[in-house]
Amino acid sequence: MSTFLGMPSLPVYGTGNLHASQSFPKAAHRELGNAQLRANLGHATHTIRDKRLNVVSELPDWENLRDAGSAIKESVMARLPELLEQFEANFTARGGVIHWARDADEANEIVAGLIRATGETEAVKIKSMATQEIGLNEYLEEQGIAAYETDLAELIVQLDHDKPSHILVPAIHKNRTQVRDIFLREMEGVDPELTNDPARLAGAARAHLRRKFLTAKVAVSGANFALADSGTLAVVESEGNGRMCLTLPETLITVMGVEKLLPTWQDLEVFMQLLPRSSTGERMNPYTSLWTGVTEGDGPQNVHLVLLDNGRSAALADEMGRSALHCIRCSACMNVCPVYERTGGHAYGSTYPGPIGAILSPLMTGIQAEENNSLPYASSLCGACYDACPVKINIPDILVHLRSVDVDSKRGKKKIPTQMDIGMNAASWALSSGKRLGMLEKGLPLGRLAAGPDKKITKLPGIAAGWTQSRDIPAPPKQSFRDWWKKEHHAPDTAPAAAYNQEDQP
Amino acid sequence: MSAREEILDRIRTALKDTPEVPVIPRGYRASSQLDEAELIELLVDRLIDYKARVSIVDTADVPAKIAELLAGAGSYVVPAGLDAGWLTGPELEQDSRRRTDSVTAPLSVAELDGIDAVVTGSAVAVAETGTIILDGSPNQGRRAITLVPDHHICVVKVADIAGILPEALGRINGTRPLTMISGPSATSDIELERVEGVHGPRTLDVIIAR
Ligand code: SF4
Repeated sequence: MSTFLGMPSLPVYGTGNLHASQSFPKAAHRELGNAQLRANLGHATHTIRDKRLNVVSELPDWENLRDAGSAIKESVMARLPELLEQFEANFTARGGVIHWARDADEANEIVAGLIRATGETEAVKIKSMATQEIGLNEYLEEQGIAAYETDLAELIVQLDHDKPSHILVPAIHKNRTQVRDIFLREMEGVDPELTNDPARLAGAARAHLRRKFLTAKVAVSGANFALADSGTLAVVESEGNGRMCLTLPETLITVMGVEKLLPTWQDLEVFMQLLPRSSTGERMNPYTSLWTGVTEGDGPQNVHLVLLDNGRSAALADEMGRSALHCIRCSACMNVCPVYERTGGHAYGSTYPGPIGAILSPLMTGIQAEENNSLPYASSLCGACYDACPVKINIPDILVHLRSVDVDSKRGKKKIPTQMDIGMNAASWALSSGKRLGMLEKGLPLGRLAAGPDKKITKLPGIAAGWTQSRDIPAPPKQSFRDWWKKEHHAPDTAPAAAYNQEDQP
Repeated sequence: MSAREEILDRIRTALKDTPEVPVIPRGYRASSQLDEAELIELLVDRLIDYKARVSIVDTADVPAKIAELLAGAGSYVVPAGLDAGWLTGPELEQDSRRRTDSVTAPLSVAELDGIDAVVTGSAVAVAETGTIILDGSPNQGRRAITLVPDHHICVVKVADIAGILPEALGRINGTRPLTMISGPSATSDIELERVEGVHGPRTLDVIIAR
């Protein structure tokens, strides 16, 4: 290993579209005012969730696949330098060219330089989170290069000068009539009689993009997987826009995070079973393309890959948080998340929304970056995301870990304990003993007094005020659950339930 | 220091706790143990679910089936290495509608755009997921020919049907240009309503040859 003389101090955090510019509670408050968004999102998340459960329950070995997927990703992280070098050697041996980008700016400059070198001022694009993370489209536009999104949802979002709200169905916050209106307003030469029938709308997109596909000289893509032992890249998609971009142009530029590697070709059999079922709830997505460098006479002859760090090494340095890099961007955690379902993706600020975004964004940018320290609190820790995750990322654990990192980082600045600290200390005192909890519960009737005759508490003091800003709390019951249980169930004196803490027995 | 060295150094530093490399538990299924009839039945079920059109014929009847499916096509393209026996019979022999594509004599994208249909073979199929894998072998040709024409007629030999994905990928060379196809192109981007046929071929005909 080389020495680190002259190196910037580590970790080096990521830049680009990874920051919330507004704290999560504020942004969520704004988004909650959008009823259309909430209705569409609720419908979408529930539909995909049901489809996913159906196709997952079909497989007798789903849990085995998850175990394998989780272990493969863990081994990728542990062996990352070696696997990157192996991938590079194989991809290069077959005519591909690898570029390394420390951060968003460097990646953008590399891509713009490669496009400029072809003499072109246009490129077609496949939906890719990595290029969205680095803000590639905006950068290219500044450089006088037009990048055309070709995924239907991305096209809708781009034509409307909007931002994606869901990583899988980015335009889910728009209904069909809104989509038609956007097409009528922004699409050149569109049929003025266009209806809001999804098939007609898809047809309009096909016609609009076909000329572009057939004449494009440069394409830009992301990648879902990269296989180290063969130097192969994979793109998983539905519409065929991916195949168009990966097959017809002369030059193909792929931007991929360094964590996307898989060690072997065999590992693909695990991930191609996990990904489609977890993301769209299909047994298999309509199209998957794989390419290994250049194939003479078939597809692009000028093939590049930009390997992106941009805060991934910083996330990797966090021993408790590094498994966030196992993410295969299926979006299952979003679809089951009660918080995401109501706020939508925009509230998270970053390219990566939902439960995974709440951990990945602060890990990549550092917890102190702008408003990202509010993200680990954007969760009720219900654990649904962990159960849904095909690679078993323990998101709730990492959220709790990041909350403590956040508290520590703030404490470093001012030594006064916050209300949260005091509250947490009080809670741990109370919850650590049944007797203490019982004592506190005796205070419940006091709460009823505070609630008044309508049996609602509408304003809590101090830090808890946030909780009552958007909801009322029902008055506490006359009796605690524990008291009720004791009265209703006189435990037989001979057989105290072994599973309970002895101190709790009457 | 180059970006490459610097990134690799950052990663090595991030891993200074030398995390353990776990053994991969491959307890998932490696094969399906279905017999031929079951494989065909499962594949057909899955293909129909994707709105692909399916026909099952004896190998000898493949040319007649292809001719029937091509009845409405004004032009079609085949890869130069297509199985010779598939283009026999009165309609297909000496067929003036036919263009042939190869790596050495490729049709341009504009030419392909003017062609109605494409006929190819396939490398392997996965019954459980209804997936057909093309690997660019001579009877499947360059990727562009199965992409630009709007109607893809694809012949799957029964011997090439695998039960589940691990079996199928085991038969494939990963460094070839690969396309995995599961039904015609589709989108659910507008209100999650599935619409078949966006940019790829809008009609997929699968001929299973016994
Ligand atoms: S964290 Fe897991 S469930 Fe969420 S997107 Fe990533 S892989 Fe999917």
